[in-house]
Amino acid sequence: MAINWFKYAAPSSFYGLAGKLVPWFAWPAAILFCVGIYIGFFVAPTDAVQSEAYRIIFIHVPASILSMFIYLIMAGYAALGLIFNTRLSSMMATSLAPTGALFAFISLWTGALWGKPMWGAWWVWDARLTSELILLFLYLGFISLQASIEDPRRADRAGALLAIVGSVNVPIIYFSVKWWNTLHQGSTVKLSGTSMHISMQQAMFTMFAALWLYAIAISLLRVRSIILERERNSQWVTEIVEMKQ
Amino acid sequence: MKPRHKRFMFILVGIAILGTAVGLVLYALQNNVSLYFTPTQVYNKEAPQGRNFRIGGLVVDGSLKRERDGLTVRFDVTDTLKTMQVNYKGILPDLFKEGKGVVAHGQLQADNTFLADEVLAKHDENYNAAEVVHALELANQAQSGVMATKPVSSGYQIPSTK
Repeated sequence: MAINWFKYAAPSSFYGLAGKLVPWFAWPAAILFCVGIYIGFFVAPTDAVQSEAYRIIFIHVPASILSMFIYLIMAGYAALGLIFNTRLSSMMATSLAPTGALFAFISLWTGALWGKPMWGAWWVWDARLTSELILLFLYLGFISLQASIEDPRRADRAGALLAIVGSVNVPIIYFSVKWWNTLHQGSTVKLSGTSMHISMQQAMFTMFAALWLYAIAISLLRVRSIILERERNSQWVTEIVEMKQ
Repeated sequence: MKPRHKRFMFILVGIAILGTAVGLVLYALQNNVSLYFTPTQVYNKEAPQGRNFRIGGLVVDGSLKRERDGLTVRFDVTDTLKTMQVNYKGILPDLFKEGKGVVAHGQLQADNTFLADEVLAKHDENYNAAEVVHALELANQAQSGVMATKPVSSGYQIPSTK
């Protein structure tokens, strides 16, 4: 049985596939989000040291992990687009950027809200916080660089270079708490085990799954708009528009 | 070599060179990237002389002393090798506790104490339920025989009627 792997690399066929996939990610995301919020607020116990304020980790940690992970995926797509000249890969990179920027912002914002009562400061220039801020700027730089170049193919190439160069920052964020003295604590979730109460873990991982599915759903939705916008002069888009009218 | 192989190699080599360069820069700037110095580093004169910096470590158990004004505090910070005295006037963060991590910003004084103008609490990566920690404490006390002399209570002590 021969599978044509490149069938869905064509924007015209991926447009339909993405449309069919969106509800399969969006609904589980919404359900898991509600479940995660419920466990986080009503099942997970009060923390011994931080009392209720710790509950911000249920959004802070998943958003932070995803902001780094999405950047690597985005850089990977951008690199694919640069190497193989595939249009869809570059479009995927473009569609992932706003979601990644949103998660980076949520991570910094919730961290500041938690930092004031716990550390005693909204913000310190420690390695973890600063490198995460750089990540947010990389996302914003990627978005604005692409937006500032008229020709989409040239915008893709310029953005891809920025995304690939910026990916050096991701391991720095991740290992910053190990390499340097930081105010930010080390990782709670480690390969060797998680130093956290079991129902706190359940809430955190449920929220992580929910945000992940949300990110997939929203970027598929966004890539459909990007495909339509870029292929507006092609035969198949005109046919879709005519069908809708 | 096809053009796409060339581009792939170009990106791969580019990332490797960039990664090495960034790594070297960060390695060279190690002391500037770190948020604070440990008491050992201060002792070895690795900390900046004559200007403000941060020190970090654990608050030594039983070292916290409050002045009568209720705001001025004195405590010792240790990295288990060296210990430094810190003087601070102001409000301590909620998580500030003896035996826990702390980061203080200020200046080293002539008598080798540290005068802080800002004290931040450093939280560790452990999260546990308040009830579990309470139960563990009770279990520890029971094991060390303290429980035998104390009534089982949730912290409420019956006032003595003597």
